[in-house]
Amino acid sequence: MAAVESTVLETTPPDVVPQTTSAPGARRRLLFLRNAKALTGLSMLAFFGVIAVIGPWIAPYDPSAMSDALLQPPSAAHWLGTTHTGQDVLSQIIVGTRGVLVVGLISGVLATLIGMLVGVTAGFVGGVGDETLSALSNVFLVIPQLPLIIIIAAQVPGAGGVTVAFIIAITGWAWGARVLRAQTLSLRRRDFVEAARANGERTMRIIFAEIMPNLTAIIAAGFVGTVTFAVLSQITLAFLGVTPISEWNWGTILFWAQNNLALQRGAWWWFVPAGLCIAALGMALTLINFGIDEFVNPRLRSTGLKARELKRRGIRPRIGFTPVVDEPRADDRPGEVDAARAVAAPAAPTTQEAGR
Amino acid sequence: MRFFVRRGIFYLITLWAAVTINFIIPRLMPGDPVKAIMARSQGKLDSSAEAAIRTLFGLDTDKSVFQQYLDYWGLLLHGNLGTSFMFGVPVVDIIRQALPWTIGLVGIATIISFVVGTLIGTGIGWRRGTWADNLLPISTFFSAVPYFWLGLLCVALFSVTLQWFPSNGSYDRALIPHLDMEFISSVLYYGMLPALTIVISSVAGWILGMRNMMVTVSSEDYVTVAQAKGLGERKVLFGYAARNAILPQVSSFALSLGFIVGGTLVMEMVFSYQGIGYVLYQAVSTYDYPLMQGCFLIITIAVLLANLVADVAYAFLDPRTRQEG
Amino acid sequence: MSAATTTYEDFAAAPPAREPVLEIRNLSVEYGYDESPTRVLRDVSLTLHRGEVLGLAGESGCGKSTLAYAATRLLPPPGLITGGEVLFHDRDGGTRDILRLSDRDLRASRWQDLAIVFQGAMNSLNPVYRVGKQLVDAIQAHLPGVGKKEAYERAEHLLELVGISPDRVRSYPHQLSGGMRQRVMIAMALALEPQVLIMDEPTTALDVVMQRQIVEQIAELRERLGFSVVFITHDVSLLIEIADRIAIMYAGEIVEDANALDVYRRPRHPYANGLLHSFPPLRGERRELGGIPGSPPDLGRLPSGCPFRARCEFAFDACATVRPRLTPPAVPGDDPRRRVACLRHDPEAVAAAGFDPVPVPPELAVR
Repeated sequence: MAAVESTVLETTPPDVVPQTTSAPGARRRLLFLRNAKALTGLSMLAFFGVIAVIGPWIAPYDPSAMSDALLQPPSAAHWLGTTHTGQDVLSQIIVGTRGVLVVGLISGVLATLIGMLVGVTAGFVGGVGDETLSALSNVFLVIPQLPLIIIIAAQVPGAGGVTVAFIIAITGWAWGARVLRAQTLSLRRRDFVEAARANGERTMRIIFAEIMPNLTAIIAAGFVGTVTFAVLSQITLAFLGVTPISEWNWGTILFWAQNNLALQRGAWWWFVPAGLCIAALGMALTLINFGIDEFVNPRLRSTGLKARELKRRGIRPRIGFTPVVDEPRADDRPGEVDAARAVAAPAAPTTQEAGR
Repeated sequence: MRFFVRRGIFYLITLWAAVTINFIIPRLMPGDPVKAIMARSQGKLDSSAEAAIRTLFGLDTDKSVFQQYLDYWGLLLHGNLGTSFMFGVPVVDIIRQALPWTIGLVGIATIISFVVGTLIGTGIGWRRGTWADNLLPISTFFSAVPYFWLGLLCVALFSVTLQWFPSNGSYDRALIPHLDMEFISSVLYYGMLPALTIVISSVAGWILGMRNMMVTVSSEDYVTVAQAKGLGERKVLFGYAARNAILPQVSSFALSLGFIVGGTLVMEMVFSYQGIGYVLYQAVSTYDYPLMQGCFLIITIAVLLANLVADVAYAFLDPRTRQEG
Repeated sequence: MSAATTTYEDFAAAPPAREPVLEIRNLSVEYGYDESPTRVLRDVSLTLHRGEVLGLAGESGCGKSTLAYAATRLLPPPGLITGGEVLFHDRDGGTRDILRLSDRDLRASRWQDLAIVFQGAMNSLNPVYRVGKQLVDAIQAHLPGVGKKEAYERAEHLLELVGISPDRVRSYPHQLSGGMRQRVMIAMALALEPQVLIMDEPTTALDVVMQRQIVEQIAELRERLGFSVVFITHDVSLLIEIADRIAIMYAGEIVEDANALDVYRRPRHPYANGLLHSFPPLRGERRELGGIPGSPPDLGRLPSGCPFRARCEFAFDACATVRPRLTPPAVPGDDPRRRVACLRHDPEAVAAAGFDPVPVPPELAVR
């Protein structure tokens, strides 16, 4: 759950709005793709996406089929070993990918929609409406979500993947709404929105043509964050056995592993790979979000060079102590400078040829 | 004062919302919820339990929903959360036994994690472009995995393989709970691994959050002014940069408590630690609805109280919230 | 000569002794630690004399604030000083290079030798501490012997000095108005009686009345306490009123450096000339307003030759090739100490590069 919480921390403070509509969109999108973190995250996500689609065809075994190879460590026949009933762990992971991604996607889309509706409306209308909607999203933020999801899921008869996605969306939209509200509020006072109002533009047009384009990055960050939260919640539910244990996803694998004493039997191949997959997926999403954050808030960008390179040049980036290096540029000081003369008098001749 | 009045009203609304959700959920279930529950329990519940559920959900009377709602509040205000199906004792009693364990484990571990993470994040955010930046990818990894999986790994490593710590329970069952050295040290020994796991899995979020706040606050003018004044490095770091970066950190502490408590409760389930989380787990797996709802309510109230504490801390740290009028 | 400018003439009548207190020599600054940094200051030299008010003017982005921050090593990452010296001459005759002081010595030197009033006082005060504590912080960091009570008395006295009621030491920054906050910052800058005070657009965020008051206050305090001032602003007309000398910057370089009155009456650089016509003077005769066409060049992609040539009405063929250096203007009778970086004034360099020199246009040779 930490991923979600850290995303809350990151997206709440920046009052930096992505540039106004004047910036050419295509170029800015390309700029985003040039961010190494975002690119890595997107590639990892794409990999899981492909697995989710073609999983059932490429899985070497039927994930539920039992065999005689009981609790075998990884081998050529079973790359990730087998369970206590001889099921192939690799196949379970491959087939389970789809369930994870589908729930993540559905609840991500739903929660983002609810969050947009509540957040943008609250930020735009202001007054009592804003107070009410803000209080509503704060209530949902403060109520511990996982226990809430657990008790709802436990009471819905036969809560499978899609139902769980709905439950997660209903409980997990609040922080997206909160961030969007803050941003809409600050956008609403910007000149270009004021100008549109003064021109008598219709409210809907202002929202969709003037405000929404400037919220893209934040909506995207909210979406990615919600997907992360949804994936982790769903896997936790499956691990606890709240959702049907016959539906394969990574959490179900861990449920069976835990309940059949995989830990005590030292069957690491049973519970480590599934967790690593969760971690990899979570990491992919977090990296995408970092990319978005750095895109929106340039101050978070790393200083540009590897620590080793900085050390070699003797640069210690610090607030309040600008590093001083002696790396004069040839074209800065073309001639010899007589220090005594250079004071109040002009610098040495800086005449030089073009095409440097 | 206005700040506290506003927050107080907000917490009352949240509490009301939580109770109402608890009241509504069973009534929103499609079809006859009791039938569905009985079907899901797969024979674990007998007919007497069915009658109890009907009473709890207010489905055996002809009362209006509003009247049922009032009755429900009446029960809650008398401290009556119903009776557990599985244990046959009042839910309140079960919770009263479990709560101290959770507060001890989750509370202390969360505070340790917050303090440690904030300190590390302060360091990383202050010294950008040094080796400390390498901690970031590691923190990212830890913030991307579910708590319970790290719990599983810790159990596999520290109790199964190395056998340093017991893998479950909260104290040596051979001892009688009593306030003596032997019992207390047993509690500490059994609590060590779960606490360590909670700290390891939640610390990353605090590191990342504080690091980002430090980066943001460090570029504020007043930090540069503090350096320009020639104050000592420690004074600038803790008195100006970290002092202000902690403000958003505290408010996100309040906001994220719900997430964290949710995640750490699962940890109790992994370790079979006898706190609220474990009780909730048992209630879910035995379809013990009154117990489930009672747990949810108590967890929510605990989180709200923790929020209140965070608010007081915030007001203490930021003079602007204390402003009158 | 109109009556209004006489005030200035009187002010400048007693020129301060030409004893340097702060010398910036060949300072170069870059932004970015990667292979293609933006070079924001190129070989800038500037001297501040004791007791002098030196104005630093130019459009935003020309590097005037960067110069101030780099000279004090306060430039935030990814700023990088790549060369030069900043010499501070102490009252007692000692000289130290601020860029090469150890961290410890630099901390000790800061605020005592040289203090800064930052742009935008809104963010210069830490919102979580009372004003008094922030003043006392500075005092106690440098004078550890001063007790808490004494330090607070001193803080109260400082507030009085800038016209704020002493009981404001107990106020938080958010309880003060913008003008009051800026005064607090000035009081803080004076806490250790520095020899040099750098003021980075101290009045930009304030309304005109407040601007006026603050500027007058600075002038009065300088008279009383005798510090030297570097006053940075884009408002040239303001500088003409308060500065003894004005340096005008363009694209990371100084293009003109002369007495304030000379800059006002007899600008020699086409950019200085254009800048003067962009602002109405606060006092004095009215003159025709005109802007400078175009906008400053991107510092990451400076053109060859003179960086101003694209906007210059007096540019000729040599300007595209030869980079101007600071020389005395080619106008007979000018103050020999003034400097201008324009090829119209430097026929030698033009000839040396194989071009035909072009004489100074009458607009740049006003006497």
